[in-house]
Amino acid sequence: MVLNVDGMTKSFGGIRAVDALSFELVPGEILGLIGPNGSGKTTVINVLSGALKANAGRIQLLNRDIGQLSTHEIARCGLARTFQIVRILPAMTVLENVAVGGVFGHGRYWGAALDRRAKDLLQRLGVRHGADTPATALTYIDQKRVELARALISDPKVLLLDEWLAGLNPVELGIGISLIRDLRAEGRAIIIVEHVMDAIRSLCDRCVVMNGGQKIAEGTPGTVLADRAVISAYLGDEYGDA
Amino acid sequence: MSAINRGKFILVALAFGTAALLPFFDTGYWLSLGVSLAMYAVLATSWTLFSGPTHYISLATAAFFGTGMYVVGGGVDLLPYPALVLIAALTGAVLATLVGLTTMRISGVYFVIFTLGLAELIRQVVTWVQTTFTSSSGLYVLTDITESMIYWELMSLLALVYLAGWMINHSRLGLALRVIGNDETVAAHIGINTAKAKVMLFIISGTVASVCGALLAPRWVYVEPTIAFSPMISFQVVIMALLGGVHRLWGPLCGVIPFTLLWEVIAAQFPNQTTLLLGASFLLIVYFIPNGIAGLLENFPKQLQSKNGG
Repeated sequence: MVLNVDGMTKSFGGIRAVDALSFELVPGEILGLIGPNGSGKTTVINVLSGALKANAGRIQLLNRDIGQLSTHEIARCGLARTFQIVRILPAMTVLENVAVGGVFGHGRYWGAALDRRAKDLLQRLGVRHGADTPATALTYIDQKRVELARALISDPKVLLLDEWLAGLNPVELGIGISLIRDLRAEGRAIIIVEHVMDAIRSLCDRCVVMNGGQKIAEGTPGTVLADRAVISAYLGDEYGDA
Repeated sequence: MSAINRGKFILVALAFGTAALLPFFDTGYWLSLGVSLAMYAVLATSWTLFSGPTHYISLATAAFFGTGMYVVGGGVDLLPYPALVLIAALTGAVLATLVGLTTMRISGVYFVIFTLGLAELIRQVVTWVQTTFTSSSGLYVLTDITESMIYWELMSLLALVYLAGWMINHSRLGLALRVIGNDETVAAHIGINTAKAKVMLFIISGTVASVCGALLAPRWVYVEPTIAFSPMISFQVVIMALLGGVHRLWGPLCGVIPFTLLWEVIAAQFPNQTTLLLGASFLLIVYFIPNGIAGLLENFPKQLQSKNGG
């Protein structure tokens, strides 16, 4: 088991954004974290990456308690992520944006080895622009690719993708899906937060469905997406009861 | 080291060598101006080492500068001068560590205000100690150190600052600071210990400012809290660095030279309006040349190209 979450709770004032959530993740598995807007998915990602501290619960990454570690320590343990709203380093080039991910984190590189890794990843992810282009000159989709490359260059064991497939056109979506499959084939454990149902059905080995901060269903995509509680959470009670 | 770097290195060494000859030509006005230039070059460049990449605007220069000066002022009759410079460096480093550890979690305007308040706090404490426990409001620093020696000491310190800056810029630490300046959230998520990186640079910057104060104490002969911890020093350093440009190691120097010369004129012609003119020049610089003179110089060839090409 690569990640074990037990009773994770996170409150903002009186609101329980995540309420006693538990799940597990094994190597080479894609877990879909789904649920309606505001159900607490991104909060879970933020707690896992250390951007937020949980109020209660236990999080183990590779058998190590990471609940009290700071963000950079968790990154060094082998967890990497992308952001819901893409975060590019505006004053750096495309190549630098990718390379910085491989200097301080889980896998560490420098000099020629770092450059080579960054260039390989850019090519693999299909960023065709010159490596010396300012990252801000890229399209939104290419910026997302750069962000994923920045996460991958440190060779993470657990990868958190927060709506990484959102906003892609059908062709790009197909490429994106096969890319994530390749990452799974490399043995990485991946958590995806997604609204694109096609992607969830074709990618996820398992899904955890959240609503109001709680887990309301868990299982294969086919099972959970047919679940009555899940349907009513997404579409309202009248559909769930039908 | 590549051929280009070796060429640059030789050029810089030659420039330093030439500048170091100044005391052989004049020991009056021009040397005095040279000392001012060297002092502000040291302060502005070391300020930029921290504030340039991180965008944390520190107004604590005077706190460190004054501390260094007071270490010398307080110990000049007790210890040999070189030992005092060393103690000033240590005191500056300790102070920067304490301030760094407590302030690096605050950012933006809160950091600016805190650093400004710090200099003021130390000034008030020193004033209180002096008026309570001694009879005078200042300290005499009487040594046989000549202005030429002070100039050479400052030039050596400046060379050290450039060397340190060059090494930092080519190290992981320098890269970490650039990422922090771009996006601190991303920095933490790719494994950068952001607090540690910032504190380390703040310590380097503060130590240099403290040593600079220690080197200048013999020149001022009489040190008083109001001048040693003057907020004017902090403001001037920020303005010079911004005027020159904080994106390059040599940027601040491009601001120090014109501003120091301009200041000579302003201070002589309008002694009562200096603060007003300082504020006005700050606004003008930030508004018209946000990337500093270094930015202008770097963009100039590009603009020429696009004009000719287009």
